[in-house]
Amino acid sequence: MFSVKGTRISPAGKRGGKRSFRNLLKCWQLYVFLLPALLYIILFVYKPMYGILIAFKDFRIGDGIWGSEWVGMENFQRLFDSYWFPVILKNTLTLSLLSLVVGFPLPIIFALLLNELRWKKVRNAIQTVSYAPHFISTVVICSMIMLFLSPSSGIVNHFLNLLGIDSVYFMQDTGLFKWVYVLSGVWQGLGWSSIIYSAALSGVDRNLLEAAQIDGASRIQRIIHVNIPVLVPTMMVLLILQCGSLLGVGYEKVYLLQTDANITASEVISTYVYKMGLIEADFSFSTAVNLFNSVVNSVILIVVNFLSNRVTKNGLW
Amino acid sequence: MKTRKRNFWFNGDKVFMGISYVALALVFVLTLYPMIFVLSASFSDPGAVSSGEMVLFPKEFTLEGYRYILKYNEIWLGYANTIFYTLVGTFINLAVTLPAAYALSRKELVGRNLILFLFMFTMYFSGGLIPSYLNANSFGLVNTRTFVLINGAVSVYNLIVARTFFSSTIPEQLHEAARIDGADMFKDFFKIVLPLSKPVIVVLALYYGVGHWNEYFTSMIYLAKRREAWPLQLFLKEILIQGQFAESALMAGGLSTEEIAYLFKQADTANMVKYGVIVVSVVPMLAIYPWLQKYFAQGVMLGAVKE
Repeated sequence: MFSVKGTRISPAGKRGGKRSFRNLLKCWQLYVFLLPALLYIILFVYKPMYGILIAFKDFRIGDGIWGSEWVGMENFQRLFDSYWFPVILKNTLTLSLLSLVVGFPLPIIFALLLNELRWKKVRNAIQTVSYAPHFISTVVICSMIMLFLSPSSGIVNHFLNLLGIDSVYFMQDTGLFKWVYVLSGVWQGLGWSSIIYSAALSGVDRNLLEAAQIDGASRIQRIIHVNIPVLVPTMMVLLILQCGSLLGVGYEKVYLLQTDANITASEVISTYVYKMGLIEADFSFSTAVNLFNSVVNSVILIVVNFLSNRVTKNGLW
Repeated sequence: MKTRKRNFWFNGDKVFMGISYVALALVFVLTLYPMIFVLSASFSDPGAVSSGEMVLFPKEFTLEGYRYILKYNEIWLGYANTIFYTLVGTFINLAVTLPAAYALSRKELVGRNLILFLFMFTMYFSGGLIPSYLNANSFGLVNTRTFVLINGAVSVYNLIVARTFFSSTIPEQLHEAARIDGADMFKDFFKIVLPLSKPVIVVLALYYGVGHWNEYFTSMIYLAKRREAWPLQLFLKEILIQGQFAESALMAGGLSTEEIAYLFKQADTANMVKYGVIVVSVVPMLAIYPWLQKYFAQGVMLGAVKE
């Protein structure tokens, strides 16, 4: 996935300048095609990277990015010394690791079970329904969570009361927050995440399965020895990508689920960046937090990819 | 004993299938139930919903909630804005992504790997929230509709999907034949490639369109002072998320029992409106995706192809 492995540096660049210039002329139209996309990433993705400098400065809007005073690592020092640093680090890791442990295997299992279902209409119906939550917005998902988990009127607590359990204040509970976040994530993502595995399974060699069946292999054995190996490369790529964003818990959903009561369990790096930056207007500090986050993510991604290439021969690059 | 245990597993297909039917049925029900509940609750008397009497089908059928919603002008303003952002935004996305993907799929492109790297690098590293905000500010784009439309104009993932589609499904001979007939690359793209690329265009339009329809964070930051330009999701956020007043009043304490009871009564009505608002906002997306479902698998596989 996303790999440029195997393509060598364009030979045109190595041969004489004249030839590559002629090639360049010949494909000028392709550059016209590329122009809007290139302009966009240069102006809106690469140009802002220059603004990362303010992580090492005491940024004042009036002085501009370059004109503001250098302060070295002061902003990072402030981050590491702050009360919130261990809290947001722990919360971010908790949410992403739990999402990984719970959310990674389930779509695989779902796809494997669905693949065994020979009744095509039922299979399609289950699949269609399982995709639906993916199309529901974060705002709506979070409000459904709040409505369902409401201690007074929510359906979940009515059910618990029926079993003789007292109402639980889910949204105020620091210990339950991670489960609310992760399980609602599973609800929303299970079907959609399984598409890639279902697609891979449809490519399994029928002859191989039949041969295994004739040799007396049971369904479980066929799944373990024929189907799962087909999924391994896809699994590894997705696993690496998820590991690479271990500190990348997005703000969109967490921010909406935060309450004053659960904040010590629900403040993560990205929401902290948002609050420090745009609400407290502490631009330099917020950028420093973000940079710390990006650097750690990149390091994890590189390390995990290296390990995966070594151990399983699968990797992003 | 050992063989019997092995035999149990070896011939345990039925047991296994039984368990897997139960599991699949569970997924089906657990996925569908919350959505049906919301739909039914939006048509039910709010008291019946909050007391737990309404379990599956509407109880004491009423359209009261939808009457509130019809009168709630900002929802329809948000709706109009969202439709605008989704249609125009998706068109911009496609107009930027498809030509670039075509260019990157052609071997004639000098410096192809360098350009590809420039795109891919942005998947893993970016300036972050504040530098991006300052950048948009320097262009005078904060609090403009323009920014919401062009933000994320090209998603690199979708770019790769389209590029892989072009290079893997359109045979080289077709391009050659076009060239021999005197077509330049513009003609090749518009007359040959695009007409053959319906699946990938549908997939990208869907990915981008859903993104625009459901987006709220960018608008929250970049349209903070332009309430009249807010997309539906921002108004939903106000109504749905910040409207939990009765709960917080109870937690805070200090109110009389009657006052809290009144708040909860109001909250019931508010909840009925919330259920209705949810229905109104998700219906378009949920009505469209089943028709495009056959393209999903292809789209996902294209993104996963390794060169």
